[in-house]
Amino acid sequence: MSGDGALERLRREGRIVIVGASLAGLRAAETLREEGFTGSLTLIGDEPHEPYDRPPLSKQVLLGHASADRTGLPRRHGLDAEWRLGVAAAGLDMAARRVRLADGDEVEYDRLLIATGVRARPWPHPAEAELDGVFVLRTRDDAARLQRRLAASPHRVLVIGAGFTGSEIASACRERGLSVTVAERGAAPLVGALGGVIGQVAAELQREHGVDLRCGIMVTGLEGDPAGRLRRAHLSDGTALDVDVAVVSLGATRNTEWLAGSGLGAGPRGIACDAGCRAFDVRGIVTDDVFVAGDVARSPHALFGYQFLSLEHWGNAVAQAATAAHNMISSSSERRPHLWVPAFWSAQFGVNIKSVGVPSLGEEVIVAQGSLAEHRFTGVYGYQGRVIAAVSFDQTKWLEFYQRQIESAAPFPPDYSSVDRRAEGLQPVPADFPDPSLPTHGPSVTVSGYSPTDQRITFTPARV
Amino acid sequence: MRLVVDLNRCQGYAQCAFLAPDVFAMHGEESLLYNPHADEAQREQVMRAATACPVQAIRVEDPDDAPAPAEGGLSGVR
Repeated sequence: MSGDGALERLRREGRIVIVGASLAGLRAAETLREEGFTGSLTLIGDEPHEPYDRPPLSKQVLLGHASADRTGLPRRHGLDAEWRLGVAAAGLDMAARRVRLADGDEVEYDRLLIATGVRARPWPHPAEAELDGVFVLRTRDDAARLQRRLAASPHRVLVIGAGFTGSEIASACRERGLSVTVAERGAAPLVGALGGVIGQVAAELQREHGVDLRCGIMVTGLEGDPAGRLRRAHLSDGTALDVDVAVVSLGATRNTEWLAGSGLGAGPRGIACDAGCRAFDVRGIVTDDVFVAGDVARSPHALFGYQFLSLEHWGNAVAQAATAAHNMISSSSERRPHLWVPAFWSAQFGVNIKSVGVPSLGEEVIVAQGSLAEHRFTGVYGYQGRVIAAVSFDQTKWLEFYQRQIESAAPFPPDYSSVDRRAEGLQPVPADFPDPSLPTHGPSVTVSGYSPTDQRITFTPARV
Repeated sequence: MRLVVDLNRCQGYAQCAFLAPDVFAMHGEESLLYNPHADEAQREQVMRAATACPVQAIRVEDPDDAPAPAEGGLSGVR
């Protein structure tokens, strides 16, 4: 009975602190209030802005259809939260249940939600990264700067890395009539996320839209003029390219440094948590009062062999935040697992790319509907004889069906006939994912196993 | 007026693009581009679009919703 009383007290007058004031943080706060939490709610965000939506930044905003400072997320009435914006969290004392802020302030909590997300991986050479004309794209300030520069009609834009963000940037540049070179270390755009078979379609799309796409190429250096303005890029094939804008799109880094030394199981791969979003400490013991959601979390998923998934997906942030918030103020028997089926979208070169499941687990892919050559198809990925993922190019309507196939572990290759099945869709082919140990722009889904023989997984202890 | 579309849910039915063409537009066959901060004068059209969306993917902030927190690193209760 005393346990129930404590929970009631928490729901009525507890202190909940959310570190990270973006999509996941906001949705968690809203869920807490919707579920009847009446205690104090504090949101801490390192950016000085209220929660805003990021997907438009590489699309509408770069195209000039929407303003970078006007992508604020809709908010529910009566959130009644204290906002600490423009100040990053700098440390966590789990024993004292206190978050330390960069300005020296401290905030105490009864329950903590960590939703600090990721940041753009910077260009590795700091002096070159400082050149005028070198950009990353993650925040709304990044987008405003890049949009301004694109509007000034640069001579040529270099996009470094052809993941989803890089490809969308290249698409926006072409739509604005700008000359674009894309340098991708892998064999094709999107190869880390969707494999080489689908990556070839992405390559065709880029080239048909006038992108100077160079695969298997690394940018080895960025060169400035005496005034510190970018003027040239050097490539691994020994050539050089005159460019005045370079956008570094080399994936993201998880914002976990502030947890160094805290004792929480946090590192470069994110913060490990159980399916109920409760964080693990470094000893592998699950905490009762620290929860995680969004891009910074990695959690085990029953559909994918209980491996830990890190998902840099909009929909994951929404779903995991709601689950974490519910679990934060629920008794253990009322807690829910985060069993969201991964899903994402990308709009590029006029094509709507959507995916469900975890393509990067796929060993084989079959074009179940449509045709690769027409750039309009649904590809289904198989793993150990079951359907594990699907991707559609301008065929969104079929994806829900394949999501159910994934959820029910339906056999692969599909043993039924489907609408618009072509000759190319009769046999699966190897999905052609790059060796995960080779560096690329990085997929947006990372799967990490728990096998003790898996040497790719190394725990990186917190730096002291 | 702030709005957000769950584009995982969106299937490109384009009802919104017919009902509020100044806010929603199809880009290619089935990609949707929209203005996340539409003019308040568009409210009636946007609400019609949100209601008509076959997959209910459009979320619009109510007019009486809390004002935005102050920009520029200020703190405050709202």
